[in-house]
Amino acid sequence: MGITFRKETFRDDFTFKNSPEHIRRFPFPFHEDSYMYAVNIEPHVVGPKGSVLENLIDVDEHYVAEMQDRALVLAEDPLRCQSLPHMTLAGWDLLELLMEQQALGYPEHFTLTRDGDRWRWINRPLGIDDTFTFGDTSTLPYGPMEYITRQSQGDFCILDQRDGNLWMDAGMVTTQADWSLDFDIGMNFFEWHAPVPLAHEKGIFVRALKFLTNIQQGKPARRLNWTMTINPRLDTSPENYHKWGPDRTTVTPENVGDKVHLRVELQSFWRLPRSNGIVFPIRCYLIKMDELVTQPKWARRLHRVLRDLPEELATYKGLTRYRPTLVEWLSKLDDGSATSPGFGPD
Amino acid sequence: MSTGTTKLDVVVSDVVPVNDLVTRFHFRRRDGELLPTFSGGAHVVVEMRDGDRTRLNPYSLMGSPLDTREYTISVRRVDAGRGGSLFMHSRVHAGLEMVISYPVNLFSLDLRAKKHLMLAGGIGITPFMAQTAQLAGSGGNFELHYTCRTASLGTYADVLQERYGRRIRLYHDDREERIELDRLLTSQPLGTHLYVCGPAGMINWVRARAAELGWPPETVHYEHFAAPQPGLPFDVTLAVSGKTIRVGEQQSLLEAIEAAGVDPPYLCRGGVCGQCETNVISYDGKFIHNDHWLGEEDHRSGCKIMPCVSRFEGKSLVLER
Repeated sequence: MGITFRKETFRDDFTFKNSPEHIRRFPFPFHEDSYMYAVNIEPHVVGPKGSVLENLIDVDEHYVAEMQDRALVLAEDPLRCQSLPHMTLAGWDLLELLMEQQALGYPEHFTLTRDGDRWRWINRPLGIDDTFTFGDTSTLPYGPMEYITRQSQGDFCILDQRDGNLWMDAGMVTTQADWSLDFDIGMNFFEWHAPVPLAHEKGIFVRALKFLTNIQQGKPARRLNWTMTINPRLDTSPENYHKWGPDRTTVTPENVGDKVHLRVELQSFWRLPRSNGIVFPIRCYLIKMDELVTQPKWARRLHRVLRDLPEELATYKGLTRYRPTLVEWLSKLDDGSATSPGFGPD
Repeated sequence: MSTGTTKLDVVVSDVVPVNDLVTRFHFRRRDGELLPTFSGGAHVVVEMRDGDRTRLNPYSLMGSPLDTREYTISVRRVDAGRGGSLFMHSRVHAGLEMVISYPVNLFSLDLRAKKHLMLAGGIGITPFMAQTAQLAGSGGNFELHYTCRTASLGTYADVLQERYGRRIRLYHDDREERIELDRLLTSQPLGTHLYVCGPAGMINWVRARAAELGWPPETVHYEHFAAPQPGLPFDVTLAVSGKTIRVGEQQSLLEAIEAAGVDPPYLCRGGVCGQCETNVISYDGKFIHNDHWLGEEDHRSGCKIMPCVSRFEGKSLVLER
């Protein structure tokens, strides 16, 4: 049985919703009742059936709608997808990785057939059946990175590794939490993380870079990150701040449950074999408060996390304006009882 | 979290003597599947099971990264070494089942380069075999200067000249041919990157001249695996695991730690990647540092050691392991 892909939007009338099964598989990011930065990196290995980790590259019911939204973003702003000239080989690496993983995890939806460098790729949900020569860009309608990331959920940053650092030299970024590939392209790891508060003082980026530059082929790693978004909007980019920034003033006690979304990024890190680069997929999951609080443990825990979040972090994540309204709304669902350990719902 | 690599179960599919000193080994996966793709300059760590002793030596992959049916390495016999190369030469035969690591690349091409200028000495040719194959397959601009003792010891010189013609220049010690380094380094087009792999003396010479002639450090790349050197036996206390071990004459400190059942992370086993860096808790004696990872200050401080290649002489050494 395949996935039933939802028809929905991430803009204008915002019809995005999670089915009950997808609510339970949501990657809730808090394993305890408080939150602070940590180098929370772990091996990216296959997790329980029915979780977002069932496959290393997750495809879910929002796939088709997300790809349509990406196409709209790119039509308005082609600079969301950029690849510096030396990154084409890494683009082929990424194409191979995503085709292999999607075909492995979802054979009813994707098929990859290889005969030497003659490859055939069938993507049934998007109605694609292409035959091309691996390594020959002229046989694809786009460059290899753009081609495959128009068919893969999540943003993708490809990092070149040289001089003991990582460089943001290619990417497809249309579902981002307020950062811009066009601004960051060509920057190194410390440069593009410069705006993050508190973490530099803790030496987190030095340790994280050391870890990332040692990521080995066949041993990907992952971490979760989170923020909040008003309305289920995937494209919360600086370029479109004028469209989504004002949404943050529209939260009222009456509409919290429908408007406010927890936005979780499942970030993974993979060594690319031919280019020796690193690809950094940033997969965005959205859940509205009404959906999240159907799991009482999550409602209690999110209340405590947001209530006690340090002010700098709340500011950095852009929560300042509506945090009091949200915390007040969630407090009614927190009876003060203990929460069980771990991320999952009870 | 361990930062070691995943292992591959392989079988030796061929053993080919190349010349008096060098033998080539071919590996295929035991399950018949393709091996992982790799990038030019990558190495694998080969596990050699020799009775109750296990040696782990890194060797550059020298086949084309475009062909993953098999991996090939070339091993130069070192009669005065610790026995790894002798084991490969005398005990490894076609059909033998072995375990190797996933490929790791610590000597990667900089794909921004407008031109890749490569300097190889002796067995240092092996990573360039893969890098030239990778670049030739994608129309890359490279030039390789290769010094060897004699024509008969010029491992793969004939293959390279046949493949790449005038892009390969050979220099034979017995004919007193020398790389004209200054001329080379002062006549390259803008955007050239320099790569050197060979004996330590050659690497130091090339790096020093390049620096003196104004090459930016980020354009100079080198592969500098130090083989662990044999030495006097010494005793070590591993404070975290509560063990006292003896490091044998032919054993590295890392191998002795592993033999005691403690597994520090490692990647290169040649003193360059930094993975096995170990804190010293106390010592009475002197360190013999052979690594290229720690700075001079760390070497002088007596606070750190790289157990893959460095040794110790003296009364006592306590490590945080």
